[in-house]
Amino acid sequence: MRTANVLQLGIKELRGLARDPILLALIVYAFTMAVYAKATAVPETLNKASIAIVDEDRSPLSERITGAFYPPYFTLPALITPAEMDRRMDVGTDTFALDIPPEFQQDLLAGRSPAIQLNVDATRMSQAFNGSGYVQSIVSGEITDFARRYRSAAAPQVDLNLRVRFNPNLTVAWFGAVTAIIDNIAMLSIILTGAALIREREHGTIEHLLVMPVTPIEIMLSKIWSMGLVVLVVSSLSLVFVVQGALSVPIEGSLWLFVLGSALDLFATTAMGIALATIAVSMPQFALLVILVLVPLQVLSGALTPRESMPEIVRTFMLGAPNTHYVMLAQSILFRGAGLSAVWPQFLALLVIGATLFMFALRRFRSFLK
Amino acid sequence: MSAPDNARGVGSMAVASLRNVGLSYGRTRALDDITLDIPADRMVGLIGPDGVGKSSLLALIAGAHVIQDGQVEVLGGDMADAGHRRATCPRIAFMPQGLGKNLYPTLSVFENVDFFGRLFGHARAERDRRIADVLQSTGLAPFAGRPAGKLSGGMKQKLGLCCALIHDPDLLILDEPTTGVDPLSRRQFWSLIEGIRRGRPGMSVIVATAYMEEAARFDWLVAMDAGHILATGSPSELLARTDSPTLDAAFIALLPEEMRKEHRAVEIPPRGPLAEPDIAIASEGLTMRFGDFVAVDHVSFRIGRGEIFGFLGSNGCGKTTTMKMLTGLLPASEGRASLFGRAVDPNDIEVRRRVGYMSQSFSLYSELTVRQNLDLHARLFKLPSETIPARIDEVARRFDLAGAMDDLPDALPLGIRQRLSLAVAMIHSPEVLILDEPTSGVDPVARDAFWQILVDLSRHDNVTIFISTHFMNEGERCDRISLMHAGKVLVTDTPRNIVAERGAATLEDAFIRYLEDAIGQVQDRTQPPPAPIGIASAEDRRGPRIGPSFDLRRMFSYVQREALELKRDPIRLVLALLGGVVLMFATGYGINLDVDNLSFAVLDRDQTTTSENYVLNIAGSRYFVQQRPITDYGDLDRRMRSGALSLALEIPANFARDAARGRDVQIAAWIDGAMPQRAETIRGYVRGMHAGWLAEQVRTRFGKQASVGQFRLEIRYRYNPNIESLVAIVPAMIPLLLMLIPAMLAALSVVREKELGSIINLYVTPVTRVEFVLGKQIPYIVLSMMSFLLFTAFAIFIFRVPFTGSLLAFALGALLYVGAATGIGLLISSFTSSQMAAIFGTAILTMLPAVQFCGIIHPVASLEGLGALIGRIFPTTYFVTIARGTFSKGLGFGDLEAAFVPLAIAVPLLLGATAALLKKQAR
Repeated sequence: MRTANVLQLGIKELRGLARDPILLALIVYAFTMAVYAKATAVPETLNKASIAIVDEDRSPLSERITGAFYPPYFTLPALITPAEMDRRMDVGTDTFALDIPPEFQQDLLAGRSPAIQLNVDATRMSQAFNGSGYVQSIVSGEITDFARRYRSAAAPQVDLNLRVRFNPNLTVAWFGAVTAIIDNIAMLSIILTGAALIREREHGTIEHLLVMPVTPIEIMLSKIWSMGLVVLVVSSLSLVFVVQGALSVPIEGSLWLFVLGSALDLFATTAMGIALATIAVSMPQFALLVILVLVPLQVLSGALTPRESMPEIVRTFMLGAPNTHYVMLAQSILFRGAGLSAVWPQFLALLVIGATLFMFALRRFRSFLK
Repeated sequence: MSAPDNARGVGSMAVASLRNVGLSYGRTRALDDITLDIPADRMVGLIGPDGVGKSSLLALIAGAHVIQDGQVEVLGGDMADAGHRRATCPRIAFMPQGLGKNLYPTLSVFENVDFFGRLFGHARAERDRRIADVLQSTGLAPFAGRPAGKLSGGMKQKLGLCCALIHDPDLLILDEPTTGVDPLSRRQFWSLIEGIRRGRPGMSVIVATAYMEEAARFDWLVAMDAGHILATGSPSELLARTDSPTLDAAFIALLPEEMRKEHRAVEIPPRGPLAEPDIAIASEGLTMRFGDFVAVDHVSFRIGRGEIFGFLGSNGCGKTTTMKMLTGLLPASEGRASLFGRAVDPNDIEVRRRVGYMSQSFSLYSELTVRQNLDLHARLFKLPSETIPARIDEVARRFDLAGAMDDLPDALPLGIRQRLSLAVAMIHSPEVLILDEPTSGVDPVARDAFWQILVDLSRHDNVTIFISTHFMNEGERCDRISLMHAGKVLVTDTPRNIVAERGAATLEDAFIRYLEDAIGQVQDRTQPPPAPIGIASAEDRRGPRIGPSFDLRRMFSYVQREALELKRDPIRLVLALLGGVVLMFATGYGINLDVDNLSFAVLDRDQTTTSENYVLNIAGSRYFVQQRPITDYGDLDRRMRSGALSLALEIPANFARDAARGRDVQIAAWIDGAMPQRAETIRGYVRGMHAGWLAEQVRTRFGKQASVGQFRLEIRYRYNPNIESLVAIVPAMIPLLLMLIPAMLAALSVVREKELGSIINLYVTPVTRVEFVLGKQIPYIVLSMMSFLLFTAFAIFIFRVPFTGSLLAFALGALLYVGAATGIGLLISSFTSSQMAAIFGTAILTMLPAVQFCGIIHPVASLEGLGALIGRIFPTTYFVTIARGTFSKGLGFGDLEAAFVPLAIAVPLLLGATAALLKKQAR
């Protein structure tokens, strides 16, 4: 293997990329506007959740409960009749409908443990689940405060002092911005390397390369370094200027350590792009493979929903995906300020996955050239 | 529109007239102030060196390129006028330059011609008759079922001609149609055109050609140079004017002084006596089989060092395959080949450095400039970097590339591209040159110059040259030639001996006799005598169809073409259909809504039964898994930072005692907030458990009295009472998949044509933009609806997701939705020009909005900013509502009306925007 060839062929890739202004514009969009839009779309885990209240009690207590829901977490509650409730939930007007039964306050004070019903639109996914926790905690807070005045004996005052570390206000934008970058890194690096290879085949240039003193490993490495470098540079710039700059997300840890982690991740994803390109026969096939790979990478890597929520088998399987480890190390370095001593397992995992993918891609690539 | 005869009346003076026409590509001026009347009903030839604007002129006349300056009138109307272009388009046939650039490689020969027949509006029976005719007369009939991509260069040219002739044009424009075609086929080709013209005397033909002996037979010639017209007139007029014996000489005489000076006749000194028989290239029984087909059949030869060895043969006879085996690109099925006495080994890097190879089709980087291409190859061949600029200058001078050094190859005419390929093949001064039709499409002057270089290399530098060609005068210059046919070498000898052997006058005659003998033996059954050309038989000739602004047949022509391509690619179909099912399952199974298995640990400074009881309350739940205790704050910090703990609790000293005494005590809890959603869930859990523990304490201590203030909160998860993740996710995954896959496929279907060149069919055939777009869209809508049915069936019967609403409403919503999804793909295709940009563009512009902003995870009403805006206009939002409504909520049309309207608006809107952005002419 000659590094000069790898260098020259890589420069060729960069020059080719520079000739495609639309592609460049799309890359810029992906790492600026798209990151910004995703980060700012959902400001809090719970934002403007729509709630309606069926108040059949009309007591001071029920009014107190109604008054406890307000923006930004919730919309101002709509006061509706029991008959309206089903219809409104069917068409999706309300995610939550709280039904306070008649005589609720009276029964509560009489110690009859009355039931209050919360209807949740379960199709609303995470909002339904996070939101019902909020509703529960707001309702019990109000009722407990209300009931305390009527209680004779003093209950023990054990407070729970809850503090959230690394993102005290749970600003979703912090994490959202970083995952947007992570998703784009995987998407761009896989597509750039894979499509560059298929283009060479469709235009007959790969055949041309093979009569020259160039080996498959040189061709592969040239695509990996050049496309990897492009993605590394744009993602790092995006982290500094969009995430730290425009979105003012505080970065706790070392940016350089994160860039190193990104480079390892790119080693794995670019190798994956080449492997996919050797499997696909034409560009449309490659595009479909990309979708089939990108969707699980985005959805199951732990960036969209926590890994803790996945079944064991999925969790284990996804340990083979570079994104999983990359999401972990991004969280550790960027938010928890962890150093190499804490994230070395992820670095190692990325290196192993990258090397495996690279060897696989190289074997496929060699037979693909035959 | 006026009757065609009327228009032809005008054309009897000039079929095309150009006034002060100019054309620039960036800085390059391709045509400069051209004023020209091209007479009708004639065979008009356009001759001139490469890159003088011949192709640009033809593209303007055909209406393929937008007019920049001046006026172009064709068939009695202004070509700047879109209405006139539409009206005349069916009367013009344009065959672009390049081997089969406007053909579809996966479609068969028959299907390609059929596609054009439909575009020009012929009915089935008429089409079949015409196709049989043109295939018969071009000798392609035996290959009707072969994919166009698997044809040899010459056969592609013939197929291109068939496609151009299918609709009886009044004006036939051929841009170097016989480049790369063997002499026999070339003869057949021109007799075919002659036949057509005899049948239809009214047809005008304009041909650009590099073969002067062909041009000599034309009625009228236009000689061009550097964007200007040098001379016009009949061949005899040109000969008389320049006082030249041949057209070659006349052409050279017409050139400006400085170009003429450079030209000199090729002189070939005889080869000196060889000191020893030094064999550079040898092959022994070399054979290549593709399945049953024997492409190369036991070919043997030995080529001495410094010899110029010519390889002549009909198109598709195995020349290219033989050359590829010599370079190691193709492993031979049988036999052996060796270079410099060493067996050809694809992995032998050293041998590659001694060989220069130029393939038949242009295979350099179109994204690099001429200089960058040369530079890259020089470096790959390890030339010392300090000598590279000088070497590049040298080859640029030798191949006359100096003026084009900073241009991109795509902007260059074929002849200059060929010269670039040659320059690249020779940049490292190899000892052996293997050149596959290097001079196809190169003008006579440049060809002579090129041969002079070859001769110098052979005689002075002892370079061995293995060259294939269709030019007989080039064959005569070789030391020895092989004639090849159908995979076999017919004869190998010096050109003179071959001519003598057959007693022929010229090499071409000898060659054709050899070929005819060979064909006579083997092809009696496959190649019937050339049929009389019946295309123009008067009785079925109708006036050219002037298409309405929307024609179903033209649209279906594209539908059919796209569908055939899909059918030929079963892997794509399987990926699109089954891949989606796999994704649906993986994500449906993988996304679970409740979070469990959260790690937590405790710093218990109290160590009493009460504190243990508190911890047990948490550890006993299914949500948390307890880790080893925390020893101190340092340990706590370290473990949280590494992500090992999602929750840390600190129970203070004297917790049990103080709590029992009713004193205020505080338990501290730290949650890892790096992932807000998980943190939120943990916070909810911990609060709930803490409250539960307190209530329990109160109950045990105060008994019944404590029940004051006790209440139950009953949570009813509607539409998915058991909170099953498949039930929650699958109805949202169907909209996601039906956006990503159709958009991607539709976008690529158009951009592919742009990148591979067949988009020219949109420019020069009567198909309108709306027909084109719909023709591209419909096959993918059908495919997507098949996916839809499959996904829905899997969701209901395999994943057991209950379907409660109106299936019809769901299906209709899906139909509108895939219309919008393919529309988005097509819209993206209208502004991207490379497949790479189209894939990335489609991925970034559909995946992010669909996953994040369309209600799959967060309700659209809860979004803010740009995301909220995108969420409100992106079609996925509305189909997610329909999918969830019909799957889980038991809804039908009436309830979902509000979601159908935006989808119904989006489809025509996207179609209109795409048609408006798509260009009907090259710019």
